[in-house]
Amino acid sequence: MYYLGLLIEYLKNYMKTRLTYRADFWVEVISDLLFQATNFIFILVIFMHTDSLGGWNQNEVVFVYGFFMVPFGVFSCFVNMWGFSERYIVKGEMDRILTRPAHNLFQIFLENVDPPSLFGSIIGLIIMAISGSNLGLPFEWWTLPMLILLTLSAVAIYTGIYTTLTSLSFYSDAPTGILPLMYNIQTYGRYPVTIYNRAIQVLLTWIIPFAFVGIYPAALFLHRDEMRTMALLTPLVGVVFLSIGLMAWSFGVKRYKGAGS
Amino acid sequence: MLGAYFDFIRIRFLTMLAYRVNYYSGILIYTLNIGVNYFTWRAIYGDGESLGGFTGAQMTTYVAVSWMARAFYFNNLDREISTDIRDGSIAIQFIRPYNYVLVKMMQGLGEGLFRFMMLMIPGMLIAILLFPVQLPTEPSAWAGFLVMLFFSFLISSQINIITGLSAFFVENNEGMMRMKRVVVDLFSGLIVPITLFPDWLSSVLKVLPFQAITYLPGSVFTGRVQGVGIWNVLGIQVIWFLILLIPIVWLNHAARQRLFVQGG
Repeated sequence: MYYLGLLIEYLKNYMKTRLTYRADFWVEVISDLLFQATNFIFILVIFMHTDSLGGWNQNEVVFVYGFFMVPFGVFSCFVNMWGFSERYIVKGEMDRILTRPAHNLFQIFLENVDPPSLFGSIIGLIIMAISGSNLGLPFEWWTLPMLILLTLSAVAIYTGIYTTLTSLSFYSDAPTGILPLMYNIQTYGRYPVTIYNRAIQVLLTWIIPFAFVGIYPAALFLHRDEMRTMALLTPLVGVVFLSIGLMAWSFGVKRYKGAGS
Repeated sequence: MLGAYFDFIRIRFLTMLAYRVNYYSGILIYTLNIGVNYFTWRAIYGDGESLGGFTGAQMTTYVAVSWMARAFYFNNLDREISTDIRDGSIAIQFIRPYNYVLVKMMQGLGEGLFRFMMLMIPGMLIAILLFPVQLPTEPSAWAGFLVMLFFSFLISSQINIITGLSAFFVENNEGMMRMKRVVVDLFSGLIVPITLFPDWLSSVLKVLPFQAITYLPGSVFTGRVQGVGIWNVLGIQVIWFLILLIPIVWLNHAARQRLFVQGG
């Protein structure tokens, strides 16, 4: 309850700050959607030149993409660690966080909430609905609960990976350049992983499991039976990676001594 | 006076060198990017021989060289400038006896040189080992590519500077910076070579500066553009370099009039 109250306070605060830079709000929404659109355009361009990508047709790939956008929007809204190192470590804001009663990671999430990202999730749902009806996908009794469960699992995977990477900044004093590049790689989890060679498949499945935020869970709704086991594993992977992230974080925080300046 | 500017290159290079460990992960991740793109394109080609005038081998080379070129020309000048503007330190920089924009360009060059040596060259070597990249045999392709790569850097940095300076007018230009990054990656031909776009879009992109950043140097390196053609595409880059100077000079001038410090 206490944490829910904090969330609401922070959202109110967010609205106030946002109203100062009103025009920028829309620029940000548009730029977010444009970022998603690049990948979408990539898919459309690909299918102008071929009929299938590793045995998946255009509507299926677009559907996977739509699914991918949903958890990503939720993740970007509530878990935004971009620029953590510069803001909290280099400028010493971490000291302020640590002297407050609420959990430190939760405070950092709160201070960076970004509701415009949720527009991406909405667009994702629309894309899923359109391509799903093109494919004539049935709407089963488990579709909606499964969608919620898999979305939450995917958000947990994202949070786990990015929290782990961000907690590296407690160990090295240099701002890490890994995060922006990771944003590039995560999009590859949307494509049928079977087109990649073994090493990349293993990497995207077990090491940085971005295949579990796109292709595997989406395959369940597409009734792609060859990936059903993987799809059902998604919640487990979510729990495992979220735990790794939280552990890496709390180890990091213990090691934190504050910046010199 | 000129010596002072060279010092900015040197100092930035040394600063980057101090943080070089970060770049080892960078090499890995750029290689991974190339790998994933390579497999995606291979799946797209299937049994097909050529797409949009690219053979499979040319596409592999194009993907590798485009990502590696990005490893060189990419920088965060836009962010640096808008941070200077927002925290007010630009006021001090403006009264110092140097040209602020030129200094930023020099710092960008220092970073570029570092990225060229620590990220692009080693990354390229790894990519050549892992993927069937075809290196050009003609010396003119190599010379042309290196000169064009330098112009890629100049044009990309100019666009960054324009985006950064826009913070004078929109106060919070976070959204603009993100939008710029997306537009440059997509429209420069990094993600999809421009010839593969639908006709209407590729004809629009041919009159925009972005193709000069990735697509044109990539075309020279893959041998799609040869001989006299190299002079033509280089000409396009030079023209864009000159055109983009105009908004920079204007913005820099207008900014001095508009400068107000937000709680600096």
